Amino acid sequence: MNVDWSLNLNLLTVTMIIMVNFVSTIIHVYSVGYMSKDPRRIIFMGYLGLFTFFMLFLVSSSNLIQLFVGWEGVGLTSYLLIGFWSHKDEANKASLKAFVANRVGDFGLLISLFTIFIVFGTININEILLLVNSHSQSYFNFFGFQIHSITLIVVTMFVGCMGKSAQFGLHVWLPDAMEGPTPVSALIHAATMVTAGVFLLILMSPLIETSKFSQNLILFIGTITCLFASCVAVFQNDIKRIIAYSTCSQLGYMFMAVGVSAYSVAYFHLLSHAFFKALLFLGAGSVIHSMSDEQDIKKMGGIYNRIPLTYTSMLIGSLALMGLPFFSGYFSKDLILEFIYLSDSDFKIFAFVTGIFGVFLTALYSSRLLITVFHGENNSDEKVYAHIHESPMIMVIPLIILAFFSIFFGMIFHNFFAGSLSESIWSKFMFIDSETNQAYSYGNVPKLIKKLPLIMILFSIIIVFLFYFKFPKVKQIANEKLNFIVKFFYNKCYIDELYEIIIIKPSKYLGRGFWKSIDIDLIDNLGPNGISRFVSSLGSKVSNLQSGYLYHYVLSVVIGLTLFISIYIYIF
Amino acid sequence: MINLPILPILIVLPLIGLLFIFLSSEEDENAEQSKKSALWTSASNFFLSLYLPINFDKSIPHFQFVNTFSWFNNDSLRFSLGVDGLSMPFIILSTFLILACIIFILPQAKKNMKMYLASFLVLESFLIGTFSALDLFSFYIFFESILIPMYLIIGFWGGERRIYSAYKFFLYTLLGSVLMLIAIIFLYQEFGTISIPKLLDYTLPFYIQIWLWIAFFSSFAVKIPMWPFHTWLPDAHVEAPTEGSVILAGILLKLGGYGFIRFNLSILPDASIFFTPFIYFLSVVAIIYTSYIALVQDDMKKLIAYSSVAHMGFVTLGIFSANIQGLHGAIIQMISHGIISAALFFSIGSIYNRYKTKRIDFFGGLNIKLPKFSVVFLIFTLGSIGLPGTSGFVGEYLTLLAVYSKNTMVAFISTLGVILSASYMLKLYKRVFLGGLSENLDKKKDDINIYEICLYVVLVILIFIIGIKPGFILSYTTASLERIIQLYPISIF
Repeated sequence: MNVDWSLNLNLLTVTMIIMVNFVSTIIHVYSVGYMSKDPRRIIFMGYLGLFTFFMLFLVSSSNLIQLFVGWEGVGLTSYLLIGFWSHKDEANKASLKAFVANRVGDFGLLISLFTIFIVFGTININEILLLVNSHSQSYFNFFGFQIHSITLIVVTMFVGCMGKSAQFGLHVWLPDAMEGPTPVSALIHAATMVTAGVFLLILMSPLIETSKFSQNLILFIGTITCLFASCVAVFQNDIKRIIAYSTCSQLGYMFMAVGVSAYSVAYFHLLSHAFFKALLFLGAGSVIHSMSDEQDIKKMGGIYNRIPLTYTSMLIGSLALMGLPFFSGYFSKDLILEFIYLSDSDFKIFAFVTGIFGVFLTALYSSRLLITVFHGENNSDEKVYAHIHESPMIMVIPLIILAFFSIFFGMIFHNFFAGSLSESIWSKFMFIDSETNQAYSYGNVPKLIKKLPLIMILFSIIIVFLFYFKFPKVKQIANEKLNFIVKFFYNKCYIDELYEIIIIKPSKYLGRGFWKSIDIDLIDNLGPNGISRFVSSLGSKVSNLQSGYLYHYVLSVVIGLTLFISIYIYIF
Repeated sequence: MINLPILPILIVLPLIGLLFIFLSSEEDENAEQSKKSALWTSASNFFLSLYLPINFDKSIPHFQFVNTFSWFNNDSLRFSLGVDGLSMPFIILSTFLILACIIFILPQAKKNMKMYLASFLVLESFLIGTFSALDLFSFYIFFESILIPMYLIIGFWGGERRIYSAYKFFLYTLLGSVLMLIAIIFLYQEFGTISIPKLLDYTLPFYIQIWLWIAFFSSFAVKIPMWPFHTWLPDAHVEAPTEGSVILAGILLKLGGYGFIRFNLSILPDASIFFTPFIYFLSVVAIIYTSYIALVQDDMKKLIAYSSVAHMGFVTLGIFSANIQGLHGAIIQMISHGIISAALFFSIGSIYNRYKTKRIDFFGGLNIKLPKFSVVFLIFTLGSIGLPGTSGFVGEYLTLLAVYSKNTMVAFISTLGVILSASYMLKLYKRVFLGGLSENLDKKKDDINIYEICLYVVLVILIFIIGIKPGFILSYTTASLERIIQLYPISIF
């Protein structure tokens, strides 16, 4: 096989490159302020640069092996940056977990690459996409079963995307990844790397279109992730973890869009999400910075007038995340929901209802976060409270720039990603479902459906307001009565514990078993040690025969002679 | 252009260096003079060996640089040397790693240093002999002679249980080789020749191939080592001195892979097809089983030793998938493992020289004490994991791809090894280098010395070069490997 190092630039990859570079630049600037007191800040900046290199490498590669280099490269830099504060044990654990969970995904992607090479005979992305139609009916012998080859390719590729984009099952690393410095969370675990999975699927969209099964799978997993992550986010207390789970659920929305063939809409949400999620993380970093490295939202509160710029940008970020009208999230997320409504997928109703419910939960945890962090009574100790201060300009200016984009990006660009214009722009670079797209441009979505997300948002904000300001008692009672639910979601549905029981413990057990029982007890004991024991015991037995008594020797000579003579007579 | 008898020179030169070492009358542990002669000898041997790739004709699949000496005034028992694309990379690897070992020894003091250096030079001579032997008899002699210096290195300069390990190593490998000797004698009796190039042209009957295959297999399977013949390796590694481990993992294991390609695959193709499922089974077990064992080790060297068995599992998979990607993958995997495992063993040696222990629990937060070294070690770790861009990836990718085209289930299960290798290697890195500084270590900063820096930088560069541009090695091997594939009957597996 012949693989070249080469680049592939088209509108899709270039817009992605622009987004990556833009966010990366802003976060580099922010890091100068955020990491100014860290003795290893030079290494930190180096890692950030390395990450950007690999990310651009991933985005712009023209073949899948090169993409895989970038894919693993961003995983590596993510590993390095999560574990940047290597004296913290949690950080090291989290970085290891992130690498291994990503490796599980990469395992799927590798299988996908093998299958692609065997089915298509090439790994060049453009060549593959040209050959899709001629292979749409081909079958591949997998484990002795004849499987539709493209379904196999897409499903295994999706496993890779699940790992990188933290979808349900392989999401466990993302919340723990928050152990890294906050700019890292903003750049890698919100804006760029975790969206690589969505990007890959958009890039390979003609492939996905030929396999109904994998579309349904993607939609289903996306929906589950969206629901699960936003439920968990509501009950978390760590400011960064809340945003991390929110990232998880937003990625779920993107996969839902991919699952209903609305690739351009998924891409739109990917881009707008990059801005407001980076903003939220950087804002959270600014809060943490001003609160003397406190991350627990229960120990904050009432600080909105002390750090007004941070507060404003967090507010804008949250509103954009909720999808309030005219913010970026409003355009991109509502488009996803409308396209789900218009699609003809089997899981359409399930996905749509969950999506709407997800909007409700998003508004719930966002407003909860805003209220507990910035409003109400202050719960921090006096020393920290006295020390609260606005972050330096070098950290605030990036916030302002991102806030600008979080407000206006969706407003300006939404026509380019859905409706009549989108088809002429994107159809060369990704699959565009023109039927749904036309249905959308003719306005086939009922008014009520269009307004449903907004109703949900308002409903949820009202609930939070009532809970926190009018009836705090009700909240407490509910907390006590429904303790098991709170605990269940607070502990992330016990998935980490489940993995500990079904994967980690048995692995150690197996390792020890193989080592002590088979390697040492069985192979060594029967093999080399057994043989040497046998030889030495045989030797000592044989040496017993040499007794030194003449009559023993005479007897053996007589016996031997008789034996040989009788054998001789018997044979001849 | 002068026609240099390059291979005999490469074999004899270390022995001349040996002479110089014996002539010097130093008896102390430093033996400066002997170190210098060893360094010069191995360095000149390495640079001389570069003559091979420079003058190598890539388009010829047959043996080149052939030199023949008659032995018993008998046409069939000759002593002939030559290389083709398959053996050439291994000769370079041998001369390179021996030079690296000598450089690593330079700042150290050891009991009976003269003999120690001498063992490595003898080893070098035998290794080049094995890889360039063109008849089975001299191959066998060289192949077996390697045991002697290696046995001494483990048994004399090794750790506490060195005698047990050295015996285990010796007996295991000898037992395997006895069967090979019988096979060689049989071949000579039956066909009147033991010349490898001639045997390549014969087609042996299937029932003979089966027996010969088993005989050769028993020798190489122990050497490479395949599960369940691998238990000598962890013991030998743990007890061997650093340089011994480097040579053991770096080159000696590759003798098995080389032998598999040269004899089992090329001379006995029908039997190879017959036994392919068997090999697949052993390789898959090796990859998964030893990876699990590596997860729970608490001796660094033992962990790397078990991971070597897993990596060699990929090699056997690639070899017996018997297509061009598989063989390319196997070669790259062997070279890459030769460099990466050598690098890891050197690194563990660096740690051991400073703290006199290899126990993982002893350490923690070593990156605070040895910041530069921790970066280097991370790169070696990543290479061992097979991160794309390092040499480890190319080998694993190509072999797995080759097997996937033949048998999806085998490839699928072996690919799980990719996850496991990341787990145990990064866990090792985390436990030794990350976290708070262990109580056993003092706060004083201390970093690697200049010899180590030179060595590690070269190794790191090699890992990346092979990872980014493996084509420059493969361009040498392609012609020879394609010939093997062409002669190979079409397999149903």
